[in-house]
Amino acid sequence: MTATLPPTATPRSTATHCPYCALQCGMRLDGAGPLTVTPRDDVPANRGGLCQKGWTAAELLTVPDRITTPLMRARRGAPLEPCTWDEALDRIAARARRLRAAHGPDAVAVFGGGGLTNEKAYQLGKFARIALRTSQIDYNGRFCMSSAAAASNRAFGMDRGLPGPITDLGRADAILLVGGNVAETMPPFVRHLTDMRERGGALVVVDPRRTATARQADLHLQPAPGTDLALANGLLHLAVMEGLLDEDYIAERTTGFAAVRTAVNAYWPDRVERITGVPVPQMREAVRLLARGERSYILTARGAEQHARGVDTVTALINLALALGLPGREGSGYGCLTGQGNGQGGREHGQKADQLPGYRRIDDPAARAHVAGVWGVDPGDLPGPGRSAYELLMALGTAEGPKALLLFGSNPVVSAPRALAVTERLDSLDLLVVADFVLSETAARADVVLPTAQWAEESGTMTNLEGRVLRRRRALPPPPGVRTDLEILAALADRLDAPGKWSTEPAEVFDELRAASAGGLADYSGITYERVENEGGVFWPCPGEDHPGTPRPFLDRFATPDGRARFVPVEHHGPAEPTDADYPVTLTTGRVLAQYQSGAQTRRVAALTEAAPEPFVEIHPDLAERLGIAHGDEVRVTSRRGAATARARLTTAIRHDTVFMPFHWAGEGRANLLTNPALDPTSRMPEFKVCAVRLEPLGVNA
Amino acid sequence: MSIVIIGNGMAGSRLVTEIRARDRQVPVTVFGAERQQPYNRILLSNVLAGTAAPDQISLVDPAWYGRNDVDARLGVEVVSVDRAARVVHASDGTAVPYDTLVLATGSTAFVPPIPGTEGGLPAGAVAFRTLEDCREILAAADGARRAVVVGGGLLGIEAARGLAGRGLEVTVVHLAGHLMERQLDPGAGRVLARTLGRLGIRARLDVTVSALHVGGERVAGVGLATGERLDADVVVLACGVRPETTLARAAGLEVDRGVIVDGTLRSVTDPAVRAIGECSQHDGTVYGLVAPAWEQATVLADLLTGADDRARFTGARQITRLKAASVDLVAMGETHHGDDDPEVEVLSFTDPSRGTYKKVAIRDDRVIGAILLGETSTAGTLTQLYDRSAPAPSDRLSLFFPGMEGAATADSPLRMPDAATVCHCNNVSKGQIRACWEKGARTADEVAEGTRASTGCGGCRDALEGIVAWLGEQDAVPAG
Repeated sequence: MTATLPPTATPRSTATHCPYCALQCGMRLDGAGPLTVTPRDDVPANRGGLCQKGWTAAELLTVPDRITTPLMRARRGAPLEPCTWDEALDRIAARARRLRAAHGPDAVAVFGGGGLTNEKAYQLGKFARIALRTSQIDYNGRFCMSSAAAASNRAFGMDRGLPGPITDLGRADAILLVGGNVAETMPPFVRHLTDMRERGGALVVVDPRRTATARQADLHLQPAPGTDLALANGLLHLAVMEGLLDEDYIAERTTGFAAVRTAVNAYWPDRVERITGVPVPQMREAVRLLARGERSYILTARGAEQHARGVDTVTALINLALALGLPGREGSGYGCLTGQGNGQGGREHGQKADQLPGYRRIDDPAARAHVAGVWGVDPGDLPGPGRSAYELLMALGTAEGPKALLLFGSNPVVSAPRALAVTERLDSLDLLVVADFVLSETAARADVVLPTAQWAEESGTMTNLEGRVLRRRRALPPPPGVRTDLEILAALADRLDAPGKWSTEPAEVFDELRAASAGGLADYSGITYERVENEGGVFWPCPGEDHPGTPRPFLDRFATPDGRARFVPVEHHGPAEPTDADYPVTLTTGRVLAQYQSGAQTRRVAALTEAAPEPFVEIHPDLAERLGIAHGDEVRVTSRRGAATARARLTTAIRHDTVFMPFHWAGEGRANLLTNPALDPTSRMPEFKVCAVRLEPLGVNA
Repeated sequence: MSIVIIGNGMAGSRLVTEIRARDRQVPVTVFGAERQQPYNRILLSNVLAGTAAPDQISLVDPAWYGRNDVDARLGVEVVSVDRAARVVHASDGTAVPYDTLVLATGSTAFVPPIPGTEGGLPAGAVAFRTLEDCREILAAADGARRAVVVGGGLLGIEAARGLAGRGLEVTVVHLAGHLMERQLDPGAGRVLARTLGRLGIRARLDVTVSALHVGGERVAGVGLATGERLDADVVVLACGVRPETTLARAAGLEVDRGVIVDGTLRSVTDPAVRAIGECSQHDGTVYGLVAPAWEQATVLADLLTGADDRARFTGARQITRLKAASVDLVAMGETHHGDDDPEVEVLSFTDPSRGTYKKVAIRDDRVIGAILLGETSTAGTLTQLYDRSAPAPSDRLSLFFPGMEGAATADSPLRMPDAATVCHCNNVSKGQIRACWEKGARTADEVAEGTRASTGCGGCRDALEGIVAWLGEQDAVPAG
């Protein structure tokens, strides 16, 4: 390939974005050999900042255990061995055909990821629906922001992460951040919070842990895990009693407030204090800060959302935002801090079980007709809605469930709740295919592993947490032997005699996505690569090339049939698994700065592994002392679903009754061996954020 | 299986909604003596204080009953229960059969049998209990100058505070030697009296009211056992409550102070009858607070709908919080311990001039009682420790003063060890910054470029600049 480069080529400089989180920090990749990373200051999200993950991102391109040839095992138990692409693809297609003939199209399932580009996510959804004709497709975004998405759809008729450009946050009077540790999960985001605070704005953080973010807050509320909803209802109760409501706004722009007002009458301050542990004076202060100016935000992240009542919890916070008149105005509102790189775009274009491109519902006849038209198939041939992520994973290999799974951009052996049971399900499949660029823990159990291009080796678009569509640009070609996901899907579609076009060019796929999304909620039809490049990204919805895009939706009306936002009364129920005598301690899970998600990428970067080398469990010194655990001891943490071992890290930043484990590591220290798969009734989000455990010292202080 | 509930107050209305949250089918009829929608009695003090309007404290919307298929008979009293036939007879002449009858009749305000109260209270005198009473008090207070509140318990003080907030001169007359003697020790009672004094509320302690004085049709004041007379335009009686058990007694159910129930909230006399809230008595205790009543409603809803057949009421811990503007007070459990019991560790902090009184009693490393008055920022921690009987933190000070635990100390560059992380976003230690400086970087920007320190969230920029400046100063000091 290098031979085709003009001999006079200067070292290339590629303006692109970080491979990791939804902030999608702008970065420049320079050089021809090992690439160097420089932060871009022309991207508002990071304005020249990068965290350690971003600075070291180029190392992903040279990880020593990169897979560059397809791998296959002859049978279960046999080792994975290199094979040709034709052998791998032929085997997948033949097995898929056989299973489909024997069990029907739902015998083959697809699992996607929130890190995939819009083009790939779109093509994957299309591949499932018209190449495999399976309803069984979902993705790891279900484990990410699905509760916030469902709550936003319910309240506003539309789900777009932030209500405006990220720079609006810097001019806020107050931000209430619930369950988000941005100082670790997306550090450059903090620059906007710092801007706000330097202008006199107040940061209020709600988190059971005194996190790096909470330490920077003007006010930190530290509720017991699983009680955020009660806290939100309590704050609204106080807003009502202290006369802080925006009555005109409520009358003009919303419906349903009377029922919510009645519902929060049952959340008087000391009742909420007893449920949450948050002192009443702090609640009063939080409401006062939030209501003192016009420009306030309520932001949620996984801490509020990853619960069996996550949708209701976010709804309670949206109710508060609506009562204060925040959403649908410039410079204020409710927002969800999406987690994964393309967590926003990944939830819009059809890799979700109930969804077609453009954030359309798969059970809506008009949506089916439109999308089937773009795809060149009969609407009647499109499958209906399928199982949600955890339900799909748990159905694998069962009598009623899929017999084969094609997995892209995810590592559920580490990231799914109740990981041991999920791993068993994966092992019971007739065929597990994993497309990845390294042998992740899930890939290692596959029958066929397809080596894929990564991040800087391919182009496409990502939609960041603002709802801004960005260009990911190719800085160098993938190593020989590696294919892009689009190439893999095209080759499989061909072998399956699929209808429709299967371009391997991201730009062409994006044009098809534009057409498929036209008229939908997430309308990308007016967005082009050129516009994205010239305009520094384009905010959806953008229904025409002459349309400027929509940085701030809802200014005139909400996306509901009557244009008004909906209040929905919600009740506190507490964690699905309360502590008891056998499992007396609450476990909450989350992330650390130097690792990302299942760690498949970051654990391969030396500097990050040095910064965060191994799993740990954060314990308050009092609890540790009672259990006979010293700092650095190996500890066994046991829940009803399994046991994990990790080193104790003693800190007073956590409540006495709660321990914390990050979920980035594989093996014995996997936090998700413990987590509770109780699902939210609406979003099907598992309750990652709270379960009951017990702890025992293993007595080793190695 | 049909359920009839008598009483639509805090306990009864909660039970109705808890049942419907679990079961949309089972026939439910609820009788409420008050005509209006059930409301949150806790918020009556807000109504008195003027922070909530009387129509803004309801717990159930009017349309809710219809939407949820609940037969709500508001303003209809049950006059008798025929347990043999399992039928209740109502004041409107109707009879409703039941499979399960739930008594949630609550309690009624106690009116002391003194001259002036026979044959009903005169205008301007109100026994404080219901929203209707609240409306009467507000009407009487309108244009009034002086008020006397008889009873210095929780309700009396809340009423006094509400009236004082409306500009009335208020005197609380109390039988015991200090205010809220059931919840507070004498020291806390004294600080509370002082705090109330500053808010224009006078407390007369250790004194009995002997009569209500009436002038014309209206109340004119109270007479004290000492022979004194306190003139007043409004008199609020807050002399405690008595469980309302008239129906239960008439129906032949075993009643002590309340209807006696077991852990399934079943009457010990008749398995078809249950009782919850202030009219019931469990294990010798009649609970007068909302939290236990709601807990009972949850348990009973679990049992009646089959949602959890093993649900049991095993008693409740009582936490009292005064709802009065500018008077923060929370009390729980055993608060009367002194320093005489070697088994009980008593911590206290008092600052009477600022109205602060804090006390925690600990036995077997568990919080068994606490008072926070004036400053309640650790109430969340204390209530949860008390509620869950969880071990008290070894750092006892954190029970009184929040944020004492692990308070961050700003390290000076001098004292910070080389291994200390300065930039968390990029994992840069002070040692690395020093090394970068030693290699020739002289400004914070140069060090940032060399080490990536401060290029993440930017939060360590000040620290970085401080270290660079300090390194410069060290360099400037001549060696030797």
